[in-house]
Amino acid sequence: MRKYTPKDNVQAKAYYTDRFWVAPRVPREEVEEGTHFAEVVAALGSLAKEAHIEIGQLVIHINAGENFQVIKMLKEQCGYAQCSEQSAVDYLAKEGEFELFYQLLNVHEAKRVRVVCRIKKDEAIESIVPLFKSANFAEREMFDMFGIRVNNHPFLKRIIMPDDWEGHPLLKTYPLQGDEFASWYEVDKIFGKEYRDIIGPENRDPARIDRYDTKRFSRIGYEVPFGADISGGETEQPIEYSETFMVNYNKSSKQLDERK
Amino acid sequence: MQQPNKLTPFFENLNFERENNTMVINFGPQHPSAHGQLRLVLELDGELVTKAYPDIGYLHRGIEKMAENMMYNEFLPTTDRLDYIASTSNNYAYAHAVEKLLGIEAPRRAQVIRTMLLEINRIISHLFFLATHALDVGAMSVFLYAFREREFAMDLMEDYCGARLTHSAVRIGGVPLDLPAGWIEKLAAYIEKLPEAVKMYEDLLTENRIWKMRLENVGVISGEEALNWGCTGVMLRGSGIKYDIRKEEPYELYSELDFNIPVSDRCDSYGRYRLYMEEMKESVKILKQLIPMYPETEPQLMAHAPQYISAPKEEIMTQNYALMQHFVLVAQGMRPPKGEVYAPTESPKGELGFYIKSEGEPYAYRLKCRAPSFFHTGLLQEILVGTYIADVVTIIGTTNIVFGEVDR
Repeated sequence: MRKYTPKDNVQAKAYYTDRFWVAPRVPREEVEEGTHFAEVVAALGSLAKEAHIEIGQLVIHINAGENFQVIKMLKEQCGYAQCSEQSAVDYLAKEGEFELFYQLLNVHEAKRVRVVCRIKKDEAIESIVPLFKSANFAEREMFDMFGIRVNNHPFLKRIIMPDDWEGHPLLKTYPLQGDEFASWYEVDKIFGKEYRDIIGPENRDPARIDRYDTKRFSRIGYEVPFGADISGGETEQPIEYSETFMVNYNKSSKQLDERK
Repeated sequence: MQQPNKLTPFFENLNFERENNTMVINFGPQHPSAHGQLRLVLELDGELVTKAYPDIGYLHRGIEKMAENMMYNEFLPTTDRLDYIASTSNNYAYAHAVEKLLGIEAPRRAQVIRTMLLEINRIISHLFFLATHALDVGAMSVFLYAFREREFAMDLMEDYCGARLTHSAVRIGGVPLDLPAGWIEKLAAYIEKLPEAVKMYEDLLTENRIWKMRLENVGVISGEEALNWGCTGVMLRGSGIKYDIRKEEPYELYSELDFNIPVSDRCDSYGRYRLYMEEMKESVKILKQLIPMYPETEPQLMAHAPQYISAPKEEIMTQNYALMQHFVLVAQGMRPPKGEVYAPTESPKGELGFYIKSEGEPYAYRLKCRAPSFFHTGLLQEILVGTYIADVVTIIGTTNIVFGEVDR
């Protein structure tokens, strides 16, 4: 039987697994009375679903719908004047949710708070750009990388990937090498989709190197005459692609550098 | 309307000539003063910038994605490619975050070496800033002088780790190598010379009429706005907010060292230039204190945590169990405990932090690199508005952005 590979998480997985091994957890500390963090938790009251200290920083879990309210309180009442970072973690495969975090800094107390909330796959989150302008770029990046929509963002547009890109690269379903769209992106954009057949999969990557090419690459250490055939009778093995319902790239591709 | 599928330049929804007499220009992505691949779309009314839109992503390599597919030790050399002007500060920021997650601490000698390397990298980065900023503004000779001093600092890095640009000179749990023989003397000679060089740059620039005209009251940002835009490092301290992570949330040996945090309340490019010069002097001060610390330390270089860190080479070659553990750590990778960490460090550009979410696997479940330049690039869309096009170059220079870490 062929090995089952999950499609909802195509990232690298541990090769060796011990089914009796239970991963330990980073210790979580309770918020002690009388500290700055205790005041923060008290100020938030029931808005904080759960609060604990993890590696020196306060982590507050909240409802996703109340993110603006909570961060506004943190900024105005607790002195958290900077939003250092804002992004998401993809838990769609396991729990069908995204975990969003906001990393806030209080420069007077030199304390950091991480506000964490969870949203379902197609839910949107309220923008905090009215509070922190640094979230402008951060939320755009989150939208670009995960496809999480942000309500009331002034300019929600892809930031790192091109505007006409398909797919969201940091999702666990997105392979590291890129998907079908990514591999044909330049060809589609410059020449048009109809040129996929003419150019062929072996030529779409200008960085591809034929290891038997003696015309364009010198063989350092074992020099051979220009244009000599060094394949040793080995037949060329074309790159194979999985069939899609639109085009069968394997059938239509033409081997452009045919060897005799 | 151009055809987007032909080999012709195509700009999305851009009209270069507008009806209201404004003009839209592309500043970059190949502009020499853009410090990398920054495409800045500027709307100009005469020479006045009325709208600015920084377009980034030209150097995107998916480093955060790669982190999810690489083991913790495997990923470390990739961090060199973030802020490639000062690679060790990235290596350190990453190693620091993983060490916090693992709950281990580097031995004292490794800490001394790391702090030395971090400060040398700060000097390298600040000299690079000074050289390119001066060149952008029009002072050619400062570029040559500053690059000379930078070469000497890079020679020190080369003597230590063999690389000049992509150092990978820090490992998770310590440093790979001890200082080579005679290195301390070379460092001492270098930091003896550097203040003279810094004084020469200051003589050339600080009271220079043209330099002052180009930098004073250019790129003004108030302290409140700087915090709001996520500015850190010199951009924040140049706006009168005294916040340096080395002092406020000390890591490595910074809590034992005596140094000042220069602050400027000028809020403009000139104030920031002065801060860079002062910070180089403070780095020299730190390095001077570190030199006598080094001989007092034990020779251990890597933390002792057999579950996560390989044993020293002698033990691996002589003891069977150390060899077995080393095989497992190389082939399978370390498995940190489940949990999340955000560890900020003060890189030469500002706050460089790594957020790591671990699920107990040898691969990070999520790694977010909080790069200072990313947020400083975001700031450009506000501070460029209302300035003249000649000042655009000065403002990009003063934010000191590096595109390796903007696009990641």
